[in-house]
Amino acid sequence: MINRYLPPLFITCILIIAHLTFGILEAYERTFVAIVTAIAVELVLGKITYGKWPHPASAYISGISVGILIRSPFLWPYVLASVISIVCKYVLRVRGRHLWNPSNFGVSVVLFLAPATVSVLSVQWGNNIWPMAVIWTLGFFIVWRVGRLHVSATYVVAFVAFGFLRSAITGTPWPATLAPITGPMYQLFIFFMVTDPKVAVSTRRGRIVVVILVAFVEMLLRLAEVIYAPFYALFLVGPAALVWELMSLQPAIRANPQRASN
Amino acid sequence: MTPDLRQRVLWVVWAVVLVVSIGAVVVLDRSSGARGMSAAAGARYGFTLTEAAKSVGVDFAHQGPTFDASLAHIMPQVAAMGASVAVADFDRDGWPDFYVTNSGEGSLNRLYRNTGAGTFTDVAAAVGLADVNRAGTGVSMGALWGDYDNDGFEDLFLYKYGRPALFHNDQGKSFTAVTDRFGLPGWINANAAVWLDYDADGWLDLFVGGYWPETIDLWHLTTTKIMAESFEYAENGGRKYLFRNRHGAAFEEVSEAAGIASRRWTLAAAAGDLLGSGRPDLFLANDYGISQLYANRGGRFEEVGREAGVGRTPKSGMNASFGDVFNDGRLAVYKTNISEPGVLVQANDLWVPKVVGGRIAFDNLASALGVDLGGWSWGAQFGDLNNDGALDLYLVNGYVSAGERTSYWYDFSQIAIGHNTIIGDAKNWPAMRGRSLSGYQHKKVWMNDGAGRFVDAAQDVGVRDTFDGRAVALADLFNTGTLDAIVANQRGPLLIYRNTVDRGRHWIEIELEGTASNRSAIGARVDVYWNGRHQVQEVSGGSGFSAQNDRRLHYGLGAAAAIERIEIRWPSGRKQTIERPAVDTRLRVKEPQ
Repeated sequence: MINRYLPPLFITCILIIAHLTFGILEAYERTFVAIVTAIAVELVLGKITYGKWPHPASAYISGISVGILIRSPFLWPYVLASVISIVCKYVLRVRGRHLWNPSNFGVSVVLFLAPATVSVLSVQWGNNIWPMAVIWTLGFFIVWRVGRLHVSATYVVAFVAFGFLRSAITGTPWPATLAPITGPMYQLFIFFMVTDPKVAVSTRRGRIVVVILVAFVEMLLRLAEVIYAPFYALFLVGPAALVWELMSLQPAIRANPQRASN
Repeated sequence: MTPDLRQRVLWVVWAVVLVVSIGAVVVLDRSSGARGMSAAAGARYGFTLTEAAKSVGVDFAHQGPTFDASLAHIMPQVAAMGASVAVADFDRDGWPDFYVTNSGEGSLNRLYRNTGAGTFTDVAAAVGLADVNRAGTGVSMGALWGDYDNDGFEDLFLYKYGRPALFHNDQGKSFTAVTDRFGLPGWINANAAVWLDYDADGWLDLFVGGYWPETIDLWHLTTTKIMAESFEYAENGGRKYLFRNRHGAAFEEVSEAAGIASRRWTLAAAAGDLLGSGRPDLFLANDYGISQLYANRGGRFEEVGREAGVGRTPKSGMNASFGDVFNDGRLAVYKTNISEPGVLVQANDLWVPKVVGGRIAFDNLASALGVDLGGWSWGAQFGDLNNDGALDLYLVNGYVSAGERTSYWYDFSQIAIGHNTIIGDAKNWPAMRGRSLSGYQHKKVWMNDGAGRFVDAAQDVGVRDTFDGRAVALADLFNTGTLDAIVANQRGPLLIYRNTVDRGRHWIEIELEGTASNRSAIGARVDVYWNGRHQVQEVSGGSGFSAQNDRRLHYGLGAAAAIERIEIRWPSGRKQTIERPAVDTRLRVKEPQ
């Protein structure tokens, strides 16, 4: 049970510390609106659809992720990204499972469709190595607690490997190709998006393969100079892998439940 | 209804909600991104701007510098500043003249003297202000006019990536370099400076804000670890200087004693009474970080940016200009930043003051008023361009216009979020290879409707250039009662937009001369009351980005043919009221003894 509260607690601590020390939020009201919107939509849709109040933890993470990750001088992107994040869970489903990490879907949609008014978080955790070290340590601890350390660790290794490959292909200095992973946007991505258990394939090996594919597609997008490559890569690969599993492997898993626990 | 059917119906409903929400994103992005665009082509704003540089005798193109070869791969972005313009009537003939800087090694600056017959003549070489970019002394970044010795003639301070220089104006006939006598530092890499009388002693003091550290000679680097340590939190830039004027005979550097200590990367500085103390406060727009607001506490400064609201969110500050946008006697601060669709939407800031708990705090109303999205924004100035009685906003933009349909943005965004060990070393930066970075951008001429909304009229009124704008200054160059615009473009031509305003719109221009106050009257505050309206302006010692407007204050009056009164608060603290002055004229006011 405590694992359910660890990620929300962690992301809240990140937000508060980052804002108080580095002012990463231009206006906390916008993040607040994103959170409230996500929770409200989740409660309404959950109650109407399933007849009971859903636990708000998931919606809270979606809302706070939206509130941190997108930057806009307007309020409406925060509202709509949160609405889209939550509603997509109820609409884009296959065999009872939603396909996209909610905030990945919502953030990707507004980034793609609202280029004039929305961008993504692009700041660092100040100039000191220690905030970053603390977040990496805590983040890995938490994903270990929730059984997703292999996902985050694999992504980091894959990103670095593909970063060197991109450097070799493009001639860009390798510190530049690796630079994005030192920023908070990636830390949120690594600890909260790629690890989402609700949209992950069922086997450990499968999750490792999928996250390597995410990093690979991200590399392809980066070679095409797509700015929001990680979000789009997860947007494309995650659901495709899940659908593939649900359509092709689910019967086998049902027949051999032990496979799912590996 | 069966449970299964109910679920299907709900799915349809939620699907509709999702589709509508996604559609709303598209619609709102278009409407928000296009806010500030004129409602209809050919819409009438009551004025037109006609580019007339060559026809008035101005044929100047800015040259950029070339730094150390170790920066060659990113030269266009590090050598991206230096075009500036400063207006003053240096020879006191009643016609505004202007000085423009050049930044190529060995290039010549120009001083355009207004002939009074609708043309300008470059007299820089003749008066000794041209050859100021010699090898080993650095190159010009900007200049400011100010009468530091109160002799009635505007002197010139030149700031550079290099050795700053002070030139004494010898009765409007020539200039004498007095740099050595005034004890200025040997080297400052500055992009910002402003004249102000911070201690109200009647002598103009000078603030200079460093950008690159002053220890760096950009032409002879010993290391490539010179870049800002962060895109948002950098504090490894140049130091700040406050030179206290010792009765026109010398400068005393007093920044530390006065409470100014910062190594942020300052790109713009402006001084004005923002906090109601009667003395000039200092606003610094910093690149790679938060803005700073130095409150003047009786001649000593206290940095209050965070508590005042203007210094909380780090952006890429590039402009500082003040304007009474609501005609209610409050000076708002306009600070420009970076907005690039699909990449980075920092949005510009318009900080409007309000009183909270007895203190002045600022709200950012840029988005609400429609002056937030201006591309890679640089200099901006407030001025009533159509004489309707409300201050409009002229903004120039564009960073590097190189290969068309090419973009360096992906590489820029990739490294900009990196840790300081990566971003701080120039050798880690991807090569630009002739690519543009927010190039070929359309300028903004935001018209204030007087009711809290600005609409971009640039295309309609004749501003259609796409050069890499840096500085813009406003002045009534032809003494017609209208504000013209002088635009300094980086590695591009100097543009002069001549203004033609419809008949029937009245105006007044006020030229102040201090006696107990500094003679330039910099810092004087003038409230004009007419037809139930009220607007405040202050005489500025430099504003915008690397720019200085004419210090004659210009007020549009709309259809009103009478002014109720003018209230002047001189920098000395003296107050003066002028009842019912004539309109459509230049009013000269000397500070009463």
